[in-house]
Order: sequence, then C-alpha cells, then structure tokens
Amino acid sequence: MSTLLNFIHDNLDMFYIVILSIFLGIEVISQVPSVLHTPLMSGANAIHGVIIIGAIIAIGETAPDNYPALIIGFLAVVVGTLNVVGGFVVTDRMLEMFKKRKPTTTKTSHNV
Amino acid sequence: MYNLEASILSVCYLTGSVAFITGLKMLAHPDTARRGNQVAAGGMLIAIIATLVLYRSGGTHLHNYVWIAAALAIGAVIGTTAARKVQMTAMPELVSIFNGMGGLCAALISVIEFEHMAQASPVLHSLIIIAGLVIGSVSFSGSMVAYGKLSGKVKDHTFRGQHSFNLIVLALVLFGIVYLLCRNPGMPGSFVFYTLLALSVSYGVFFVLPIGGADMPVVISLLNACTGVATACGGFLYQNPVMLTGGILVGSAGMILTIIMCKAMNRSLTNVLVGSFGG
Repeated sequence: MSTLLNFIHDNLDMFYIVILSIFLGIEVISQVPSVLHTPLMSGANAIHGVIIIGAIIAIGETAPDNYPALIIGFLAVVVGTLNVVGGFVVTDRMLEMFKKRKPTTTKTSHNV
Repeated sequence: MYNLEASILSVCYLTGSVAFITGLKMLAHPDTARRGNQVAAGGMLIAIIATLVLYRSGGTHLHNYVWIAAALAIGAVIGTTAARKVQMTAMPELVSIFNGMGGLCAALISVIEFEHMAQASPVLHSLIIIAGLVIGSVSFSGSMVAYGKLSGKVKDHTFRGQHSFNLIVLALVLFGIVYLLCRNPGMPGSFVFYTLLALSVSYGVFFVLPIGGADMPVVISLLNACTGVATACGGFLYQNPVMLTGGILVGSAGMILTIIMCKAMNRSLTNVLVGSFGG
C-alpha cells in the first residue's frame, strides 16, 4: 500500500496529466458529426503514433553492440514511423475526399 | 547548457501536446478537419525532432543514430507510399494496419525494456512494462484480424464455447501478469514474459475473430483506444509528457468515439462485442 502511495506521490504530475487528458478527450470529440467518425478515428490513430518517441529513446539508449535489442528497436522505430506517417497521410487523403462532396451527403455515416 | 537543452525539450513537448489537443478538436468539425490533421502532424514532427536532437538520459545523448535514421527513412517511405497508393475504399483496412503497427511498436518497446529491467525494479515499474506489452500485442493482433476481415481475407469464425475459451485465455494472461509481478528475484521471468506475449497475441486474434465483419469499424475504434492506452504506458515508463498526453487523449477520445459509433448503429458496445456468440 505504501509503495502505491509513494508511487502516486512521486509521479503526481503524471497522474494529473492522465486525469485531465481523459476528460479532455471526452470533451473534445463529444460533438462529432457521424460523417467525420472515420477520419477522426484515423487522425486519433496517427496521434497515438507518438509511441515512436518511446521507440527512439529505447533504441537510443541501447548499447551499440547489443544486436538483439538493436534489431528489435529498429523494428519498433520502423513500425512506429509507419503508424505516424501513414496515419497522417491517409487521414489527409480522406479529408481531401470529403471536401469535394456536398454537405447534403452527410447521411452516409461510417460505412467503413 | 544542459539545463537550456532540457528546457527547450520540455517546451517542444508542451507544444506537441497542445498541437495534439487542438488538432483533435479541429478534426471533430467538418470545416477545420483537414487543418486539424496538419496541426497534429506538425506537433508530432516537433516532438520527434526535439527528442532526436535534445533528449539526454543520465547526461549522455542518444546513440545508434544510423539505426534510427535508417528505420525512420524506411518507415516514412513505406508509410507514405501505402497511404498514397491505397484505393479510397480500402482506407479503413489501412488504418487498421497502421493501428496494429502502433500496438506492435508498444509491445516491442516493452520487450527491450524488459531485457534492460533490473531484477530489483519496483513492482509498479514492471507493471507498466507488462501492461504495455499485453495491451500493445492484443491491439496488434486484433487489428491484423480486423484488417483481414475488412479485406475479405478472413471469414467470421465461431465455434461452440468460444466465449468461455476467450475468458480462459484472458484468465491465463492475467495469471501471467500476476506471476511476473509477484515472483521472487530468483524465479524465471523471461519464459513467462514471452509466453505472456504469445498469449496476448492469440487473445487479440480470438477476441476479434467471432465479431461480425460489419462491426469492424467499431472494433478498430476500440483497438485504437487500446493502442492509445499502450502509448500512455510508454509515457509513464519514460516519464514523457507528450506520449502520456497523446496516448490518454486517444484512449479516452477513442473510447467515446467507439460508443458514439455504436449508438449511430442503434446498438450497445456489449451487443457488438458478444452479440455474435449467440449464433
């Protein structure tokens, strides 16, 4: 129990970020029209690609002769970049496609 | 000098976090959606470059820059090509793949950090690493099955007692987590850790397999939220505020989006997830 309390105390700012971000996430997208469901999902998908920073730190801290860890880290950075770059580009393409449509077709919803 | 670099890094992370929040907010409105995506991408770019240039652990810069640069280049080229070439109708499949890649990334980070982890690490430190592994790999394999279903490569698959079977796999996963957290320093850990990895990957498959193909958008949105949580675990692990903000933001927004999408189909989330078990 005291371990947990200590942990919370030592990482208090982290816990504040977590709690406030939860409410923020709910608040920010609560009014989304159904036509934007898929692009929003895709955009959020690109944002969680920020995990790539973790991958960069993980491989960057690895000893230069630790080949198994280097290869795993290399793979992690590649798939993380795929998530980030691919995610943003594909979202942009989706929204580009939306722009050409007339607003009357907003009933199509998420026929993904 | 050291303090200056650390301060600039913090400001860059702050900028990144604000860009993610603003971007997500703009993405939810038709007029600003495209600009919102660009804002989020800009924030991501700042955060990544700042990490590459300014990040220091224990006073030393990151190393293995050749590996990092090669990996970034390969990922960027493949990602851009795939996203540009894909047919409009196949975009959701691609989103599912990219989501799976994010989950895989989280799982791989946990594998590296587990190898680095000292025997005497605090329990909660291990818990974060293991949570990243389990959530990341479930999200990875689940997204791959969702991709297969959307593209018609994988058919809906149910068998008798599938519900109980899934619960057993889930129970085994939980048992593995508890074992790893409670084991004494002398007890074997690596074997259980990699078994846990395999179990989580198979749970992702069994979890998505029975769900109907038409419900895949909801499932992808749910797995998207999962990867967000896995990212947040990474944020805790590295005490990195931008990963934490981004991850939790996607986690909660993704969860709400999942529920909104269910409502748009006049169904409940439970109905989507276990509805197929009846028949």
